[in-house]
Amino acid sequence: MRKVTERDDYEVVVGIEVHAELATESKVFCGCKTDFGARPNSQTCPVCLGMPGALPVLNRRALEYTIRAGLALNCSIAVRTKFDRKNYFYPDLAKGYQVSQYDIPVAHDGYIDIEVDGQPKRIRVRRVHLEEETAKLVHAGDDIISANQSLLDFNRSGIGLIEIVSDADMRSADEARAYLTKLRSILVAIGVSDCKMEEGSMRCEANVSVRLRGSKEYGTLVELKNIASFRAVHRAIQYESARQIDLVRSGGRVTRETRHWDDARGETAFMRSKEQAADYRYFPEPDLMPLEISREWVDEIKSGLPELPDARAARYAREFGLPASDAALIAESRELASFFDGVCDALAKAGAEAVDRTDGPREAAKWLVGDVSAALNASGIELSQSKLAPELLAELIGLVASGKISGKIAKSVFEEVFASGKRPGDVVRERGLVQISDAGQLAAIVQRVIEANPGPVSDYFAGKEKAITFLVGQIMKETRGRANPQETNRILREELAKRA
Amino acid sequence: MSDNINARLCHMTLHELHDMLAQGQVSSREITSDVLARIDEVEASVGAYVTVDREGALSGADAADAAIARARRVGDAAEIGAVVGIPVVLKDNVCTRGMRTTCCSKMLEDFVPTYDAAVTARLRAAGAVIVGKANMDEFAMGSTTQTSIFHVTRNPWDPERVPGGSSGGCAAAVAAGEAVAAVGSDTGGSVRQPASFCGVVGLKPTYGRVSRYGVAAFASSLDTVGPVTQDVRDCAIMLNVMAGHDERDSTSAPNAVPDYTEYVERGVEGLKIGIPKEFFGPGMDEGVRTAVERAVHALEGAGAKIVDVSIPLVEHALGVYYLVATAEASSNMARLDGIRYGHRPEGRSGMDVADLMSASRGQGFGMEVKRRIMLGTFVLSAGNIDAFYGRALRSRRLLKEDVERALAQCDCLASPTAPTVAFRFDEEPDDPLAMYLQDIYTTLANLAGVPAISVPCGFADGLPVGLQIMGRMFDEGTLMQVARAVELTSGFDRARPEVGGCVK
Repeated sequence: MRKVTERDDYEVVVGIEVHAELATESKVFCGCKTDFGARPNSQTCPVCLGMPGALPVLNRRALEYTIRAGLALNCSIAVRTKFDRKNYFYPDLAKGYQVSQYDIPVAHDGYIDIEVDGQPKRIRVRRVHLEEETAKLVHAGDDIISANQSLLDFNRSGIGLIEIVSDADMRSADEARAYLTKLRSILVAIGVSDCKMEEGSMRCEANVSVRLRGSKEYGTLVELKNIASFRAVHRAIQYESARQIDLVRSGGRVTRETRHWDDARGETAFMRSKEQAADYRYFPEPDLMPLEISREWVDEIKSGLPELPDARAARYAREFGLPASDAALIAESRELASFFDGVCDALAKAGAEAVDRTDGPREAAKWLVGDVSAALNASGIELSQSKLAPELLAELIGLVASGKISGKIAKSVFEEVFASGKRPGDVVRERGLVQISDAGQLAAIVQRVIEANPGPVSDYFAGKEKAITFLVGQIMKETRGRANPQETNRILREELAKRA
Repeated sequence: MSDNINARLCHMTLHELHDMLAQGQVSSREITSDVLARIDEVEASVGAYVTVDREGALSGADAADAAIARARRVGDAAEIGAVVGIPVVLKDNVCTRGMRTTCCSKMLEDFVPTYDAAVTARLRAAGAVIVGKANMDEFAMGSTTQTSIFHVTRNPWDPERVPGGSSGGCAAAVAAGEAVAAVGSDTGGSVRQPASFCGVVGLKPTYGRVSRYGVAAFASSLDTVGPVTQDVRDCAIMLNVMAGHDERDSTSAPNAVPDYTEYVERGVEGLKIGIPKEFFGPGMDEGVRTAVERAVHALEGAGAKIVDVSIPLVEHALGVYYLVATAEASSNMARLDGIRYGHRPEGRSGMDVADLMSASRGQGFGMEVKRRIMLGTFVLSAGNIDAFYGRALRSRRLLKEDVERALAQCDCLASPTAPTVAFRFDEEPDDPLAMYLQDIYTTLANLAGVPAISVPCGFADGLPVGLQIMGRMFDEGTLMQVARAVELTSGFDRARPEVGGCVK
C-alpha cells in the first residue's frame, strides 16, 4: 500500500455513515422478537412481512434507545420529529418502502472526541435517526452472480436501526478508524447496540474525497460500500484516497459515484454513478403520527446514561493512576472495563494486605492490555468466553505482590489459568512454583553456583559487571525460576564481596 | 316493521332482525339461510359478491343461535349483542383470516390472509355472521366497481346502471337483500357514493374512529372504514361495533365511543344545518338538486335551522385529493411486488429479480391502478414533489381550516352526495378526469378527516338520490340525528328496488 496521503500535498476528507441495529427485544414497528440466529422466518408477523393492511406501531423503547444514542454522542434531541417513507423496490424490502426519517432526525449536531497519535480531535456528528432493517437475502450459490435462487429471511425485517452520520471531519484512514472505534465503544457502553460487524449489526459506509492541502473547497466525493470490518475501513479509505490523488495528479477528474470495496482484492470498484442513484421519493409516513419528545423524558434518559468510555478512562487515570493509553484501551471496551472493575473489586475485597490501592489496579491494567489481550488474540475468543475470571487475575496479582511467586513465574501460571480456569494458588502449589525467598536456602544455592563457575566469577572481579547476569541465570536455572530475584541479587553480591 | 309478516327476513333491517332474534321469533340460521337463498336468486343479475362462504356463514349462524339460546335460558335476552347472528358482507379489501381477500385485483386473486382485520375481528367477536366478500373497484380505485377483475356489479334499481364505487358490491348487496349490512371503505367517497346510487345508508366515520388495521391501504391518510346499511339505526348499531381505539393502528383515536343509537331519534329541533353554497353550483343534475333541496326544506320543517355557509376553497378539493391519494397509493401499492405473495408471472425462469417484479406488477395491476401509481410516483418524484405533493399538503391544511370555519357556524353541513344518480354503464365517461368528478362532493370530508354520511333523500327519474351530511370531528352522533330526520321526512321510506322478481 502506497502511503500517498501522509506525505503528499493532498489531503483526504472522510465522512462516515454508520448503521447500528438496536438491541431492543422486539422490532421497531411490531412485536416480533429480534433474536439473532433464530430459524429463518420464525420471527415474523403481518407487519414485518408487509402483508396487505398491516400497519406499523412505534416501539417506544427503540425511540428511547435512539435518544440515548443521541445524548451519548452529545447531540441535541428534536422536540418534534416524524417518520418518512423511503421508496424503492428490492426483494428484501417488505413494503416497497423503508420507514425512516428524512428531514427531522431524532438527534442532531453532536460530536465524538477521538485521539490519533496523541492528537485529540473532535468529529462532528450531524444526525442520528431511527429506521427499520430490511430482510436478509441469502443467495443459494457461491456468489450473487452464480446463484440461481435467493432465499429471504424476514427475521431481520423491521429490527430497529439507527443511522449515525458524521460530518466530513476526518482527514485520514487512521482518524476514520479511531472514530468508528470510539463510536462503537459508546454505543456498546450505553447498551443500545451490540455493534457486531461480523454479524452485521454494525455496518458502515465512507464518503471519501481529496483536495489540495489548505484548500477550502471539497473535492468530489465517492461513496464506499461493502465495508465489513474496521480493518477494511482503513484499507478502503487508504486505497480510495490514493486512487483519487493519482487520478487528479494525472489530470483526471474524480466522478461522483458509489464504489464497492473488494476486501479480497484490496480495491474499490465502480458500482453506480450519481445519475443512476434512485429517487427515493421521501414523504411523511401517513401511518405514524408525528412525535413530540418531552424534555422530561430526555432528561430522564440522560440521567440514566451509564458512565461513557471517555469519562471512565479519565476516572481510571485519576483514581488508579493508569497510563492514559491503558485507561483508554480498557475503557473503550465494555467487556475489558467490566472485567477490570471486577479485578479491582476482588483486590479490594481480598483486603489485599500486600497490594497497594493503586498498584493492584495498575498491575491489572498491565495484565489486561498485555498478556490477557495477547492470549485472547491467539485463541481467537472473547474475554467473556474465556475461562479467566476477574477473581483469578486478582489472585494472581496478589501472589506476585506478596512475593509468593515472581513476575516471570506469574506469566507461566497465567497461561495455565487462562487455559484451564484453575485457581492460580492451586497451580503454584501443584507445580511447586512457590518462590524461594529464604535467605539461608538462597545462600546455599548461591555458594554452589559460585563454586561451580570460577570463570565468570573471576570475570566479575576483573570488572565485567555482566558476569552477574550469567550467575543469576545459573541460579534461576537451578531453582527453575523460583528464586526471588531481588533476594538472589542481594545475596549473590554479598557472597561475591566476601570473596573479593 | 317487525309485524310485517310478509316481508322476507333478508329485507328486514338489522335492528328488526335483532329484536326478533332476541325474542326467539327467528333463528340466525333462518335469517342466514334466507340471505343465502336471496343470493342464489339475484346474484346472477346483481353480482355483488366475489366470495360467498356458505358453510362458514351457516356455522356462524348456528354458533350465534347457541349463544342466543344460552342467553335466553338464563333470562339475559337483553344482553344479546346487537349484531349477534346478523349476516354481513365485507368489502374484499378487508382481511379475513382463511378467506380469500383479493381487492378484486389479479395481483391478489389467490391471496388468503393469515389474519383478520380489526373490523373483522370486532364483528366476529360481536357474533356477526360473515357471509362473504363484496365486489369493489380494484384496490378501491374507481367510482363504478367496474375496475374489479371479476365481474361487474349491477345496480339493483336498474341492471343497466352502475352501483357506484368503489364499495359498489357492499351497497348493491344491502340494497338487494343479499346482506343485512356491509362494511366498506371510503377514501374519497367510496362508501357514500355507492350508498347514494343504491338507495342505502353509507357512513364515512371520522378519520381514526374505526381502525384501519387489516384493510388493504389505498391512501393511508384518507382511508376510513365504514358501514353500509338499510337505515340510520342500523348504521349507528354497526358503528357501535366497529368504532374504538386499536393499538395496532397508530392513527386510531383514543376518544371514548358513545352509544350512537342514542342519537338516532333525537330529532333536529334547534340544530343548525349549513348549506355550503359552493356545493350547489353547476355540474349537478337537476333531479339531484330538486331532491336535495326538498330534503333540506323538510329538515327545516322538522325544526332545523338552515344557514348558508361558504367553503371557498372547495373547488380545489378534487385536485388536492388526487395528488395526495395517488402519492400515497403509489407507495402503498409498492408492497405488491409478487415476492412474498401475490401474482407471479408465467414463464418467469431466467428473469432477474427486477424483471420478475416488473412482470408481476405489469400483469397483476389493471389500468386504473397503474394510472394512479404512475401519477403518484410522478407527484412524489424529485423536482416535482414540492410543486405537487408539498403544495397539495399545504392546500389540504387550508381546506381543513375552511371546513372547520364552516362547521363553527353550524352543527353540520348538508349537500348532495354525488352530482348524479346512478348512470348507465354506457354513459361512463372515457375520460378518467370526468369520472373523477363523481367524487366532487365527497373528497372534502376525507381531506378534512371529518365524518360524513349519505342517506337516501328521494328519487330522481326513479333512481335514489343521496343526501350527504358532514359533521365535526367525532360527531357522528349529530349525523345520525340529522340522517334519521331525512329518513323520516324524505318519503323514501326504505324503498326497495325490484330485482330478481322480488317485489317488496
